[in-house]
Amino acid sequence: MTNLIEIKGVTHAYKTPLGPLPVLNNLNIAVPEGEFCAVVGPSGCGKSTLTRLIAGLMKPDRGEVWLHGELVKGPRKTVGMAFQNPVLLEWRSILQNVILPLEIVAPSMSKADRVARAEELLALVGLEGFEDKRPSALSGGMRQRASLCRAIVHKPDVLIMDEPFGALDAFTREDLWQTMHELRKKEPFTCVLITHDLRESVYLGDQVIVLSGRPATTQYVLDVDYPGSREIDGLYTPECTEMLHTLRDQIRIAQGRVQEEAA
Amino acid sequence: MNALRKIGVPLAAIVIFLVLWELLVWVNDWPNYKMASPSDLPPAYARYWELFLVMGWQTLWRTVAGLAIAVVAGTFLGMLMGFSRIMRDGLYPLLVGFNAIPKATLVPVIALIFIGMHDFNTVLMAFMISFFPIAVSVGIGLSTLEPEYRDILRSLGASRFTIFMKIALPKTLPEFFGALKVAVTLAFIGTNLVEIVSPHGRGLGALFKSGETNGDYPLMFAVLIALAFLGILLYYGVVFLERVFAGWAERAEQ
Repeated sequence: MTNLIEIKGVTHAYKTPLGPLPVLNNLNIAVPEGEFCAVVGPSGCGKSTLTRLIAGLMKPDRGEVWLHGELVKGPRKTVGMAFQNPVLLEWRSILQNVILPLEIVAPSMSKADRVARAEELLALVGLEGFEDKRPSALSGGMRQRASLCRAIVHKPDVLIMDEPFGALDAFTREDLWQTMHELRKKEPFTCVLITHDLRESVYLGDQVIVLSGRPATTQYVLDVDYPGSREIDGLYTPECTEMLHTLRDQIRIAQGRVQEEAA
Repeated sequence: MNALRKIGVPLAAIVIFLVLWELLVWVNDWPNYKMASPSDLPPAYARYWELFLVMGWQTLWRTVAGLAIAVVAGTFLGMLMGFSRIMRDGLYPLLVGFNAIPKATLVPVIALIFIGMHDFNTVLMAFMISFFPIAVSVGIGLSTLEPEYRDILRSLGASRFTIFMKIALPKTLPEFFGALKVAVTLAFIGTNLVEIVSPHGRGLGALFKSGETNGDYPLMFAVLIALAFLGILLYYGVVFLERVFAGWAERAEQ
């Protein structure tokens, strides 16, 4: 199997008035095509920097990011992004919000085709009948669903998500996890999910990568062997509990490193 | 019912204001050279209605012209300050300093630079007094745009211009219209400053001055009320434009 995303020896530091602040240190990640990669790690360990690097929004000081066998040098049309804040445009209807990326990526696509594509996705995430509503008329969970539709409307091969479910309540979050699985069945994309929620990482991920404290490096890689089909109930099986324990221990180690540095 | 209330309430407020004004003058038994009362105004309008139309139009078009330039220049300055830190650091002290200068002191200055160009001077003053709030609010609107908004389009390789047109510009519109409402009333002040002070001026300001010269006090008050009327007219013009272009920012009534 080919690796769709390959991050090779990436090191990066931000320039601050107090001198360089290293955030990533010789980071290596490989995600095979169609796989779902969840990334967890202590707060402030450079996870968001990672998403910006993959999206081509910034360049690493050292190391390389490869997508589809091509070196990433800048933004590319085959990437979709979703953030914790759904950032929907209030002056557009939900449907028009979802269409937005198509206006950039496929300017020649007919209006009818765009609308059809957006409507298909909105129906898939359960937002049928809300196409003409303004974002402010929707609940937080519904807005995040619309934001997901916008992230994949142009059929990107990579979907990058930075804590997209972080601000939602526990039950809404579980609903959206299931929606993610349904989307993956219909839409082929390789996914990188940044999250703080270990259950989320195990439920959604094919592999879970634990980053060390800042500057982050790959500390641990867990291949998820989810019991049965991906049902929420599966999280309460001994297999999952053991995986969660392993991840928790790794996070503890990662945090310890941060504290040692501070001391 | 709703439409009735929307027009009825402001109208009732104006009527109450006029009644209180009339009462104030009546209770104190002020002669009209101390303060004219609303009942003095209709005769003044009846006598000079032609002058009011001509002068009112002069004042209105110059104010609108000054505002239009202020919108273009203010938006441009706001964009410079919104997109570039260096521009922001460089321009802010200059703009704040310029805005702190009382514009009345500039009337003789521009009168000397552009001798006899009354229309030009008036429009220039209306512009100078009203561009500042527009520049500041557009600048703030653009510089406080959350990075995620840019990243949605930037990650797709959209150009800066596309991001500006599709996201930054519409997102700044509510702030822009807020500033424009302030700028409208300021622009009237600018126009009248020049009209009142310039010899042989035109416009409502000049009419006010001639009322003062001739000791026609009801005329002076009639001019002030006419100015207030034009101000309200232009303000609601802006409100209308805001509804059309930034109506989405208004919350639906509960």
